[in-house]
Amino acid sequence: MNDLKAKVKDLFESGAINLFIGYEEGTRRPRPLFVKNAEETNKLVFDDRCSGNLAVYLTRKDLIGGKKVGIAASYYALKSINQLVSENQLSDEWLRVIGLSADGKLLEFGSLAEVSEYLKTASAPPKQNEDELVRQIEAMTMEERWQFWSDELSKCFKCYACRAACPMCYCTKCIVEVNRPQWIQPWATTLSNMEWQINRVMHMAGRCSDCGSCGEACPLGIPIHLLTHKMSETVAANFGQNGDDKGNVLSTFKPEDKENFIL
Amino acid sequence: MERKYISDESLKTFINQLNDEGRHVYAPVAKGEKTEFERVKSFDKISLDHIQTTQSIKAVAFPRTEKLFSYTKNKGDVTLEDYNPDLIPEMVVFGLHPCDAAGFKPLSNIFNWGTPDVPFNERRRRTTLIAMSCTQSDEFCFCTSVNGGPGNTAGSDILLTPIKDKNGYLVEVVSEKGQELVSKYAGLFGEAPDVDKEAYLAKLSRKFSLDDLRGKISHMFESEVWKKQSERCLGCGACAFVCPTCACFDIQEDTKGSKGNRLRCWDSCGFSLFTFHTSGHNPREVQSQRWRQRLLHKFSYMPERLSVVGCTGCGRCSRACPVDMNISDHLAEIADLSVVTTEKEK
Repeated sequence: MNDLKAKVKDLFESGAINLFIGYEEGTRRPRPLFVKNAEETNKLVFDDRCSGNLAVYLTRKDLIGGKKVGIAASYYALKSINQLVSENQLSDEWLRVIGLSADGKLLEFGSLAEVSEYLKTASAPPKQNEDELVRQIEAMTMEERWQFWSDELSKCFKCYACRAACPMCYCTKCIVEVNRPQWIQPWATTLSNMEWQINRVMHMAGRCSDCGSCGEACPLGIPIHLLTHKMSETVAANFGQNGDDKGNVLSTFKPEDKENFIL
Repeated sequence: MERKYISDESLKTFINQLNDEGRHVYAPVAKGEKTEFERVKSFDKISLDHIQTTQSIKAVAFPRTEKLFSYTKNKGDVTLEDYNPDLIPEMVVFGLHPCDAAGFKPLSNIFNWGTPDVPFNERRRRTTLIAMSCTQSDEFCFCTSVNGGPGNTAGSDILLTPIKDKNGYLVEVVSEKGQELVSKYAGLFGEAPDVDKEAYLAKLSRKFSLDDLRGKISHMFESEVWKKQSERCLGCGACAFVCPTCACFDIQEDTKGSKGNRLRCWDSCGFSLFTFHTSGHNPREVQSQRWRQRLLHKFSYMPERLSVVGCTGCGRCSRACPVDMNISDHLAEIADLSVVTTEKEK
């Protein structure tokens, strides 16, 4: 912890950054913190309790525009940062990344290319709970599965916390806000809630870091992160892993891409 | 206020009979880690162990999506089918806490500001609130800082306080509606026990002085505090949707061919789209302005215009927030400010 404080303090004092996005102790668990100067680095914490993907703030122009930014990035935030780089949203000119390895050591990245290199060999933290829940859903019949998701999504009141917490949801105009034509009914009903989630998840194909922040953010506890978790698995099996230089699944066509899912 | 007693067993009978009479009974039901209000048909489904449900019970009077009227177009003619209050059932909400019962006052003042709102008032008229005092609280609760309390009777029709050593409840009959129900089932109620109600309630210390807060917040439109407090705010609507007093709504059109419904659905001042003009201009273009609006609306505009604070201290917004925007911490910070610094002065 003191390592991080000292490192970030150095970054401020050397003028490398003038804003650091990290975590501080919160009411029950650590929460995001925006550090503006060397003195405030004392509040920083960074350990395995720090969930919530901070990369979500890197596309918020009102917060970071014109600033030289440092960020504390968990494994999943590193993946999101790597994806945002490939979508031309981030640049070495203004971003410095400090990561946390699986054994709790600080990782200082000299450039965004180094983040990408690191991810080629780093392994994702295990997701036993999610894997188990996906297995349970897969064991259901089609009708049971429909009932499961109907029940869960009937609760949704469309607060869009899932969208707000996601580093990949940075469109200035979301599809739910387009009303000519109205693709998705904006009020909360089971069917329109499903339409929203299906759209949200489809737009994540090959981009999602599988951080689970969407599900964690849901105030109603709807396990929507299982949709992205399962999709990440499917995409990896069919089109390769993120960051293996094959390009973005959603925007890259390869002659060898499988087409057997097209009806 | 009349005080009575009801035993654990008689309370079951009471609630079950209210259901059997045809009333829709809403009460807390535990599901996994969350407890939510649901329609229950038997007392056995009810959970009273929770500190707070995730959502408030405001939906009984202000549903998340409600049809205001329907219409059919036929060669230039339009046939309207108006809102029909006769379709609203008689409802009982059981097991809500005093902070939720108190929440109907600010809601009612909003929905009766200017033109009285028919759907809200008709639903509210058919709803009886049988509330439960709090015997426990958590670090997010702050009712005692906003004129409330764990045994506050304001807004309830009947307030029950668990008296564990008497195997039952102290019953306070607060309103005429409450009196009607108690009289109808008089046989289930006994003589009030001679107890000190306060001794059975959760203990909550005040987190800030409402007077100090109000004295400052109304003059803080230009303060730098909003930007600082709102930095981590993600701009979702979770806080507004779980809030017992947030009443912002959107009007939407559900059309199919020549038929359609006009709908009212929940909206939130935390969304950027909320104030987005057709011209493309957005008077609240960044999140700090929306956070400011949320707090000023509740603690400045509502007390000034509607004579009621727009917060009951239930703490739901803080519990629901993905980034721990703990509202009582933020309010305490404002109440404790010695000098209000503005953006420009900084």
